[in-house]
Amino acid sequence: MDNLDLYMLGKIADLKEIPSAGAYNIRKNGEGVERHSSENIEIIPKTDKPGIDIKIKPGTKAEKVHIPVIITKEGVNDKVYNDFYIGEGADVEIVAGCGIHNSGCETSEHDGIHRFFIGKNARVKYVEKHYGEGEGTGKRILNPETEVYMEENSYCEMEMVQIKGVDSTIRETTAKLGKGAKYVVLEKLMTHGDQTATSNMEIILNGEDASAQIISRSVAKDGSVQVFKPTATGNARCKAHVQCDSIIMDSAKISSVPAIVANNADAQIVHEAAIGRINNDQLLKLMTFGMNEQEAENIIIEGFLA
Amino acid sequence: MLELKNISFAVNDGKDDLGIVKDVSFTVDDGKFIVITGPNGGGKSTLARLIMGIEKPTAGQIIFNGTDIAGMSITERAKMGIGYAFQQPPRFKGLTVRRLLSLAHGSELPEDQCCSYLTKVGLCSKDYLNREVDASLSGGEVKRIEIATLMARDLKLAIYDEPEAGIDLWSFTMLVESFKSMMKNRRESVIIISHQERIMQLADEIIVIADGKIRDRGPKNEIFPKLMGEFSEGCDFRGKEG
Repeated sequence: MDNLDLYMLGKIADLKEIPSAGAYNIRKNGEGVERHSSENIEIIPKTDKPGIDIKIKPGTKAEKVHIPVIITKEGVNDKVYNDFYIGEGADVEIVAGCGIHNSGCETSEHDGIHRFFIGKNARVKYVEKHYGEGEGTGKRILNPETEVYMEENSYCEMEMVQIKGVDSTIRETTAKLGKGAKYVVLEKLMTHGDQTATSNMEIILNGEDASAQIISRSVAKDGSVQVFKPTATGNARCKAHVQCDSIIMDSAKISSVPAIVANNADAQIVHEAAIGRINNDQLLKLMTFGMNEQEAENIIIEGFLA
Repeated sequence: MLELKNISFAVNDGKDDLGIVKDVSFTVDDGKFIVITGPNGGGKSTLARLIMGIEKPTAGQIIFNGTDIAGMSITERAKMGIGYAFQQPPRFKGLTVRRLLSLAHGSELPEDQCCSYLTKVGLCSKDYLNREVDASLSGGEVKRIEIATLMARDLKLAIYDEPEAGIDLWSFTMLVESFKSMMKNRRESVIIISHQERIMQLADEIIVIADGKIRDRGPKNEIFPKLMGEFSEGCDFRGKEG
C-alpha cells in the first residue's frame, strides 16, 4: 500500500489505514492484496472466477465489512464477482466502493457484480462510493451490477454514490423482495465533462407487505448525459415509492424513464420525477449571505447530494 | 447610514417603460427602525430588492455608509453588512436548518446559538435543527427560519420583506416579541415592509409607498394615526347619513 492507495481508500471507503479489526478484502489492479476474516464474517476467494464469497453468520451484530477496490494503473480491465450471504437475524454494514486513478491514456475499467442473499430478519446497510481521477486521457469506466434477494422481514439499505471523475457508468440493480421485506435505495450521482451515466433498476415486490423506497438524486453538468430507468413491480399487497430528482446545468441531458407495474389490486406504487435548473431564488438567497454565484451553486449541489 | 437618492426602477413590457419605483429618496439613520407600508403593488418589495442589489435601479444613487452601492453586486452588498429576508423564501433540498443558519453566519454555529435564534422566531429548536429546509416544512416554518437566518448574521442593515406573511397568529405574536427585543439590543438599522399595525407600532419612522412614490413619511406618532384614519374611512359600513 503506498500513499496513492491509501488516498484512494480514503476517498471511497473512508479508510485512512488498513482496518485493524473486522473483515475486509482490498483489491488492487485486478488482484486481492489484503484479506482478513473475522470470527463471524468469513471471506473466501472464489475458485472458478475472480471474486469472493462473504459469509456472515446468523445473528452477527454490529460488525462491518470493507471490500474496497482500487485501480491505479492504466489499461486494467477488472471484472469481479462478489456474493454476500447474510445469515438470519444478522445486522451488519458493508462498505464497498471503487476508485480509479488513471494517469495513462488507456481505459481502466472495473465491473463489480454483487449478489446479496439476505436471510430472514437480517439487516444490511450497504455503502458504495465510486470515484475517478487522474490527469491522463484514459477513460475510467465503472459498470456495477447489483442483485438483491431478500427473505422474510429482512431490511436492506443501499447508498450508492458516484460523485466525480467516472467517464462512463452503466449501473444495473435488481431486487426481489419477500414477505415483509423492506428495501431502501439512495442513489446519488454527479456527472461532468462528457461523461455518461445510465442507471437501470428493477425492484420486484413479491411478498405481502414488502416495501421499497428508491430515492435518486443527480446533478448533470457540462455536456454530460444521464439516463434513469427505475421499474417497480408489485405482485402482492405492497408499497413502493420511487423518487428521481435531478439538477440539470449547462448543456447536459437527462432522461428519466420510470415504469410502475401493479399485478395486484393492493399494490400501492408511486413514482415522482423532476428535472430542473437550480432555482434562481436559491442562488440569490445564498448570495445575500455574501457568497458569489459559484460558491452558492456549489453549496446547493453539495446539499442536494448530501 | 443608508441614503436613497432619486431612485427609479422601470421595466420594459416590450413597448413602453413601466415605472415601478419613481424618483424615491429617503434616509435611514444608523440604528433606526423603519417600517415601509402601503398598498399591494405599490413598489415596496422592489425597493427592498433594489437596496439588496437583487434589482438594479434604472436611475439614482444608493449611498451606504458613504459608498454608492447602486452598481454593486448582491455579494458585495452582503459583505458590507446588508441582509434581506425574502417574502417567499426558497427551499433547499438536503440543507439542514443548522447548516443554513451556519451559512448565514459565515461559520459553523454552535448548537445552543442556533437554538436561541430558532426559539426567538417561535420554533422549538430541537425539532428543527437537523431538518432539511425542503418541502416538508410548511410555509410559515420556512418563513420563520428565514427570519432566523438574518438574526444569525452580523448586520449593519437588515431588511425584512413582509415577515408576517404566511405566519399564523400565535407565531406572529412571538415574532412581534422578538422584533421588540431586537429593538432593545440592536445595533443595526432595520427596514421592515409590513402591513401589520403591531409591527408599525415598533417603528421609529413609517414610510408610505404607493404607486412607486413616497406618499407620506414621518415619525410613527404622526403617520400611524393618519393611516388608521384612512383605514376606518375606507371601511365605513355605517353610512354617512344621520
